[in-house]
Amino acid sequence: MNKERKIFLIVAAVLIVGSFLITTHMENRFYYKAAYVVLQYVVLATAWNILGGYTGYVNFGTAAFFAMGAYTAVALIKTWKPPLYVLLVTGGLVSGLLGLGIGYLTLRLRGVFFSIATLALAVVLQMIVSNWDYVGGGAGTAVLKPRSVPMFSNYDEFLFFVMAALAVVSVAIAWLIEKSWIGRGMAAIRDNEEAAECMGVPILKLKLFATTVSGALMGIAGAPFSYFVVYIEPTSAFHLDYAVNSLAMPMIGGTTTWLGPLVGAVLVGTAQQIATVTLSSEMNLLIVGSLLVGFVVFAPDGLVGLFGKVRARFAGKEA
Amino acid sequence: MSENLLDVHGVTKRFGGFSALTRVDLHVKEHERFGLIGPNGSGKTTMINCISGALANDEGKIVFAGRDITKIPAYQRTRLGVARSFQIPKPFVSMTVLENLCIPLEYAAHQHSHGMELRGEAMEILELMSMADKADVRTSGLTQIELRKLELARAMAAKPKLLISDEAMAGLSNAEVDDILEILVRLNEEGLTVIMIEHIMRAVMSFSERIVVLDAGEKIAEGTPDEIVNNKDVERAYLGA
Ligand SMILES: Nc1ncnc2c1ncn2[C@@H]1O[C@H](COP(=O)(O)OP(=O)(O)O)[C@@H](O)[C@H]1O
Ligand SMILES: [Mg+2]
Repeated sequence: MNKERKIFLIVAAVLIVGSFLITTHMENRFYYKAAYVVLQYVVLATAWNILGGYTGYVNFGTAAFFAMGAYTAVALIKTWKPPLYVLLVTGGLVSGLLGLGIGYLTLRLRGVFFSIATLALAVVLQMIVSNWDYVGGGAGTAVLKPRSVPMFSNYDEFLFFVMAALAVVSVAIAWLIEKSWIGRGMAAIRDNEEAAECMGVPILKLKLFATTVSGALMGIAGAPFSYFVVYIEPTSAFHLDYAVNSLAMPMIGGTTTWLGPLVGAVLVGTAQQIATVTLSSEMNLLIVGSLLVGFVVFAPDGLVGLFGKVRARFAGKEA
Repeated sequence: MSENLLDVHGVTKRFGGFSALTRVDLHVKEHERFGLIGPNGSGKTTMINCISGALANDEGKIVFAGRDITKIPAYQRTRLGVARSFQIPKPFVSMTVLENLCIPLEYAAHQHSHGMELRGEAMEILELMSMADKADVRTSGLTQIELRKLELARAMAAKPKLLISDEAMAGLSNAEVDDILEILVRLNEEGLTVIMIEHIMRAVMSFSERIVVLDAGEKIAEGTPDEIVNNKDVERAYLGA
């Protein structure tokens, strides 16, 4: 167990250092922008999966938590322009609190009712933000990113590095949860909530933990968003893409392990980036929609489950 | 009073306008083998749901080991020592049989001693229930009867003071019923208090020291198995005469 943890930590450190080294050697802004979007989806899909995959509560409101992080940052930038890490922490706190609050209000709702409530949350928040002039209201606002940042040749490379580190940290958090008593309790809740509670699992506490951590990670992913897009408006921050992708990517990759959302986000996210360039950005939802239908029907355990099955079959033949 | 492990005082449970339990009293002594019987729909499972905390009773009070547990959540009741099986099996479907037992072991029996060391203990319970060969099978690979046995095994894994078995033996062969009765008697000798809900009269009559009969949500009789067998009200309830 401990050896596994060590390896995981080493790999995480190598990936973070590696992504920094890339920025010192490569100078193509387009790649950084594309990679940023894919990595952002690694964070969102992993965050979604802590609640949706591990605990079994499907959140349709990813955009709400993401945009809360983004707009918290915008409000801070407009007031005193703090360093990025302050934006990340504050965005995470606000969205984490939002997750806690929504969890408290809605987790007595089961199944589809919870999902509808999260969808409603996104709609309501978008309306509020659209009427909040300080952060640009419905028309949006331009956000000036810092001119320079030490150790990086431009701010986009810095943002890429930050998102890479966030992706690694999110996956590590998901991994730690999954391998701990908390993760086992969440799985019991997902499988049968009533039985879980009667077997001693504090279901309300674990569900609130899941909504809080999941929301916080989504908010952290949203915090650098305004610097990334330069011009932020509610329709882009609350875009349907976030809700659909962060749900579809884990479903395609597999929802029961940390690996599923990672694989799903990297594959689907990359495919979408390629499609945006070669075809059109409208193709994104079409691609993910068709993939999602295909996987739900033919491989409900996602790519990770499919891989496991194939491997089991080959192992069976050899034996 | 104080020698009772469980005191149910005047519990009422309504579903909409329908009263599934009406002011029912139950008193189960420490170390007792207690039977709860009654026709289908008489409120037995509802009573178990109220005792275990799966449902909140509308009226009345439930005291366990001297403590009022009426308002506390189900998971805390389990940690205090109330464990129940489900009449309609509710397995953790993404887990193996062994992992199913590790949940109550980890969360109720030994709070916060995690992981591998629990597997040995889970295995012992499976061996006791003659299910050791199924340890690494997912629950989707079990028969209905095996699922019932898993229910009982999982409740045992919570290491309770009071074990409530809700028709865990339905569908079992005579020999299997005898096996499980023997296990429960042995656990009882080691100090476990047992409430048995059972339609197999042979089992519940031979096992129980005392029996309560429910009919249409009300307690209609209470006594030793002999007294129950000879009770006219009970006969009427069962035969519908
Ligand atoms: N969740 C529920 N909602 C509505 N009615 C219920 C519910 N649970 C049980 N009942 C009703 O309460 C009565 C008692 O049911 P139950 O306790 O399951 O009986 P038993 O276990 O003795 O067969 C039945 O009429 C049943 O239909
Ligand atoms: Mg019943």
